[in-house]
Amino acid sequence: MEHYISLLLKAVFIENMALAFFLGMCTFLAISKKIEAATGLGIAVVVVLTLTVPANNLIYNNILREGALSWAGLPDVDLSFLGLITYIGVIAAIVQIMEMILDKYIPALYSALGVFLPLITVNCAIMGAALFMVERDYTFSESVVYGFGAGVGWALAIVALAGIREKLKYSDVPDGLRGLGITFITVGLMSLGFMSFSGISL
Amino acid sequence: MSEMTAKQVLFEPIFSNNPIGLQILGICSALAVTTSMNVTIVMCLSVIAVTAFSNLAVSLVRTQIPGSIRIIVQMTIIASLVIVVDQILKAYAYEISKQLSVFVGLIITNCIVMGRAEGFAMKNGPWLSFLDGVGNGMGYSIMLLFVAFFRELLGAGSLFGVTLLTPVNEGGWYITNGLLLLPPSAFFIIGLAIWGLRTWMPEQVEEEDYKMSRHTHKEAF
Repeated sequence: MEHYISLLLKAVFIENMALAFFLGMCTFLAISKKIEAATGLGIAVVVVLTLTVPANNLIYNNILREGALSWAGLPDVDLSFLGLITYIGVIAAIVQIMEMILDKYIPALYSALGVFLPLITVNCAIMGAALFMVERDYTFSESVVYGFGAGVGWALAIVALAGIREKLKYSDVPDGLRGLGITFITVGLMSLGFMSFSGISL
Repeated sequence: MSEMTAKQVLFEPIFSNNPIGLQILGICSALAVTTSMNVTIVMCLSVIAVTAFSNLAVSLVRTQIPGSIRIIVQMTIIASLVIVVDQILKAYAYEISKQLSVFVGLIITNCIVMGRAEGFAMKNGPWLSFLDGVGNGMGYSIMLLFVAFFRELLGAGSLFGVTLLTPVNEGGWYITNGLLLLPPSAFFIIGLAIWGLRTWMPEQVEEEDYKMSRHTHKEAF
């Protein structure tokens, strides 16, 4: 149990997807002007990451990995080069299915998430988490915890940034720096703050 | 858009419509792979190749794709191209491909590739789309190389792995700035670069969300 808790804390704070690895930056900068929008996107990312990382983990361990096809009588087949296209396919499919299910059964949440769901397919945080999961050889239960933790970390970061930007719009920023420029510098400062977590060893 | 010449399509994205500086596309990898020039150049070449050829391929099949499944078709084309790049790097530049780790795979979700396929290649012919891909790839590369130049020179005192400013701990005089090797510095450099770019080209400055009232007290000046 302790192992899972430390994995979770590590995924949320120390290896924060947005502020330590800079994944999902495009949506991170584009959708962080308002706190409500940022919260909606954050929740969607948590849900999608918790579903896609374990799904890709199962596919990798049972089909793609070298020697994984021995149950089908093909012990020497190594399909890991197909990884990238498979992960993105799985992610796109899960997002699509989620959209349909939400539309049918939880229309309130569907309309709240609305435009963000399709955006998530091209969010590098989702793909990045799948690739990190493969690189670090997580087991199935570890991948569930990691997916959830990575999502929470990303959501935390985007909500924090949206909070700062809502206040920032009342400040008198030099012309050329207004908008994107000052946002970059703010994120840099936030990321410096999050680096203080990196000293913690669990 | 329809009247653009080949030259405009190729050179416009470099400064006046830079993918990172103005379109907010492809930022993720800009930050993570810019600690040394060698790695950055490999990344840039990969992105240029993928953007150019995915634009070409998408543009060639654009009249055949049904609108409702276009995203997944584009995704498949891009993912196949990235797999080719990934395998080539693993075969011929193994060390660098190790350093790039997951970021080669992340070219798939790099918004530049997707954004240009959707925004340009779906509406234009193959040749123009190819040039647009090369142009946007170069706009991206210039920003990346700019960031990497400062990070490697000031952070490690070298360029392309060749020591230019001998650091103190090797008996030289240059005290390396460790902050520039850490990820947050990339944000500061890009932020300042955007400031510079927009001072040079004031038409890129964003609208104010909130208009400041003028100072009314003398002390404020």
